[in-house]
Amino acid sequence: MGDQIHAVGASIPQLDSHEKVTGTAQYVADLVRPGMLHAAIVQSPHAHARILSYDIKKAMELPGVHAIVTGDDLDESDRMGAFIKDEPAFAKGKVRYVGEIVAAVAADSEALARAAARLIDIEYELLPAALDPMEALKPDAPKVHDDSASYVKVFDAGTEGNVCSRTKLSEGDVAAAWNQCDVIVEGTYETQAQAHLSLEPCGALAEVDAQGRVTLWSANQSVFRVQANVCESLGLPMTRLRCQTPRIGAGFGNKMEAHVQPVLVCLALKAKKTVRLILSREEDFETVRARHPFRIRMKTGATSDGKLLAREVELVLDGGAYGDDSPGVLGYALLMNVGPYNIPNVLAHGRVAYTNKMRFGAFRGFGVPQVTFASEQQIDELAKKLGIDPIALRRINIKGRDDKWFCGQEIASNGLEECLNKVEEASDWRAVRAGGQERARGDVRIGYGVATSAHIGGLLASGAIVRVLEDGSVLLNTGAVDIGQGSNTVLTQMCAEALKLPIEKVAIASPDTDGSPYNWGTTASRVTFMAGRSVVKAAAEVEEKLKQQASAMLECSADDLELRAGGRIGVKGAPGMELPFGAISGRAHWAAGGPIIGSHSWVFDQKTVDPKRAIATGLPFQQIGIFSFTAIVVEVEVDLLTGKVRVPRAWSAVDVGRAINPQLVKGQIEGAFVQGLGFALTEELVWDGGKLANPTLMDYKIPTFVELPDDLNTFIVESNEASGPFGAKSVGEIGMNGVAAAISNGIANAVGFYSPRLPITGERVMESLNQSWQATS
Amino acid sequence: MSVELLINGKAFNVDAGIGDTLLSVLREKLDFKSAKRGCNQGVCGACTVSVDGWPMRGCLSLAVGCAGKDIRTLEGLSATRRMQFLQEAFVNFGAFQCGFCTPGMLVAADALLARELNPSHEDVKVAMSGNLCRCTGYLPIVAAVRNAAERIRKEAARG
Repeated sequence: MGDQIHAVGASIPQLDSHEKVTGTAQYVADLVRPGMLHAAIVQSPHAHARILSYDIKKAMELPGVHAIVTGDDLDESDRMGAFIKDEPAFAKGKVRYVGEIVAAVAADSEALARAAARLIDIEYELLPAALDPMEALKPDAPKVHDDSASYVKVFDAGTEGNVCSRTKLSEGDVAAAWNQCDVIVEGTYETQAQAHLSLEPCGALAEVDAQGRVTLWSANQSVFRVQANVCESLGLPMTRLRCQTPRIGAGFGNKMEAHVQPVLVCLALKAKKTVRLILSREEDFETVRARHPFRIRMKTGATSDGKLLAREVELVLDGGAYGDDSPGVLGYALLMNVGPYNIPNVLAHGRVAYTNKMRFGAFRGFGVPQVTFASEQQIDELAKKLGIDPIALRRINIKGRDDKWFCGQEIASNGLEECLNKVEEASDWRAVRAGGQERARGDVRIGYGVATSAHIGGLLASGAIVRVLEDGSVLLNTGAVDIGQGSNTVLTQMCAEALKLPIEKVAIASPDTDGSPYNWGTTASRVTFMAGRSVVKAAAEVEEKLKQQASAMLECSADDLELRAGGRIGVKGAPGMELPFGAISGRAHWAAGGPIIGSHSWVFDQKTVDPKRAIATGLPFQQIGIFSFTAIVVEVEVDLLTGKVRVPRAWSAVDVGRAINPQLVKGQIEGAFVQGLGFALTEELVWDGGKLANPTLMDYKIPTFVELPDDLNTFIVESNEASGPFGAKSVGEIGMNGVAAAISNGIANAVGFYSPRLPITGERVMESLNQSWQATS
Repeated sequence: MSVELLINGKAFNVDAGIGDTLLSVLREKLDFKSAKRGCNQGVCGACTVSVDGWPMRGCLSLAVGCAGKDIRTLEGLSATRRMQFLQEAFVNFGAFQCGFCTPGMLVAADALLARELNPSHEDVKVAMSGNLCRCTGYLPIVAAVRNAAERIRKEAARG
């Protein structure tokens, strides 16, 4: 074997590839346990009602029904929530949205459980509902929570009435700056509720042992958040619950916080049996969560030479019935609203409104696709008014390495300019934008749009344990759930590289709250950076301990030893003098020193707000993460007869720091682009009163093979982040952020108008086309 | 009622109700779990299995209606050379992330290659437009299917 291992930077296929292509990968719905019962849920038919009584007699009398849980099985004081403890395990006292879980049944079969669920009779007293966030914020609106101010909160949320949380950030003096602006654009934008639509519906399986301790497998993005949510909402000590994970059929945010786990554990404890609950697609649409609809009022000003000078933004987020991740999404969207530009005077503020709709929560981008949609259109409009090329205007204002982010955090690595260069060159931007009549083809008009954006990778805590097994192979355990994006593969690559082992000598443990080190979750684009850093440091500790052991065995100083490729420790300058890991580990296990274990854990601690620079109130997190950057160019076709928009070609560049696995990185960029295409053009959850009108895949349109661009070019920019593992930053979400904005800018280039509302459907484009024709005729 | 189903070349006698779908019988009664329940409405394609050589929605096909037909799931198709080329190409091109849609994708792709061994980019898009993927953005799937077809053609040419 040579002396090099090239695990990092290699496009190796996902480690679980064989399972996935043979259909043997086990998702939660594929798990079966002895004596397992099946569960079904009862959902609220009302948007807002007080629960007066439950009649479960008829349902319990059905042969084969084992247990039923209702709100009577919950304690009023037990509530969960990432930021505001406002949510019961399932409806207690009141229902707050159509589709909310109000009861659940455990029975011998799924069909029987569903039949029994239909026999449960619940008496409600209907209450007026708050369905629109702007209406909900008015003083006389129906209150979604009777006393929201009394809830426990983890930050100064400002919760009152239907105001779930409020946040305000400012830098410079916006009011004074408008006078110095030569050109100002202003607008109001609305973005829609988008469904995550991971192909695997949410589900869970709970097994109760003889001591009443529960083992819970579920579709999740964090076994530790599952444990916390279930225990908080059911009043259980965390020692009573062990959370594990099967393979996950994708998440995109909807499996990060709780879905059915609390109600299922409650049911299993009551039945004292193993129970599995898998939601139908409609139930998943109605009960889980979706991307926040945003109402954005934004104003941006610049000087005549193209320098951005001032920005004000006000956001109202529809938070739905419970806080969930809403305060985080609001705070993060406000922090990121400026985009990767230097604007010296910024006022950013907003509120989350409680409404009688499903929870809105984390979804790839975490609020940034929404604010970027508004911001990047305004940058484009400014360029148009100033007569400056849109990419040139962006170049004037983009942040460099030494600039600080809005509110003061330092930026280290920054590959944004290279991202812009890549997409500008590859799309032949100057030539295509300059093209005139040749950009029309029959009734189709062609335009080109650009957008940039940034994202963080980071937040909170992560750990890793690296253990050398007796035979010298290595077991890595991080507690980070691979939701399909390939983090198990990437973390294994890093561990193999750090210990100079072939990849097949490293196994990665499945996350388990009993055995894994804490990992906050697979969210915030964080696993590569956060867990990866822990892996590198834990591996370094292992290397150190291997050397200590070997120094006794080889009778030399540990300083004279080196790590050699293939799992060996050798004496520097003496090629023949070396020991395989197996020999060292054998001694450690059976003779001296003890088994070799390296571990590391940390919390991201770089401050977001510099109090000398910015004023922040109601910001739910003090430390966010390391910045990644992106630039996108799209070619857009607008059909003047139908209003239909198509994106035949696109160029997306992302500064990821370093690509640990380029093929997986490319997969993230492409997948995020196509999800962004759906967000931009077709996807929208629609309510008929309080009821979701399109909770089916027939009526909710995600992109299919047919909608994908003919030509989607991705570019990986590597800026090498000094604090990242092997230079890596993040890639999970960022590819989505700029897509809708770039498309809207492309439409403006093709037909002359910007789009204040998402999705940009054919109908909406026709409406705008008709208006512009009427205006000119 | 008792129904005889021919699955992957082997006969199974199974007790199935008149309303039981092929998907539920395969998954819950016979332990063929490669086909997934993604929507149970015939839209997502995650439950695609081959029936008499055609890609069918397991969730829309009644088990009793499939009696006597040649049902192939990914478990059985994995033994065929054509499917192995497809599986290899899916792995090499990164044509899946979470893998939940993958069995349905592979069965649909296999049915396409059974009829057209030289599919264009457009042929693949159209033939597989009934299968949804939320992770990959589809492009590597198209590339993988075309790559498998090319390798199968080359192997056939070598005889």
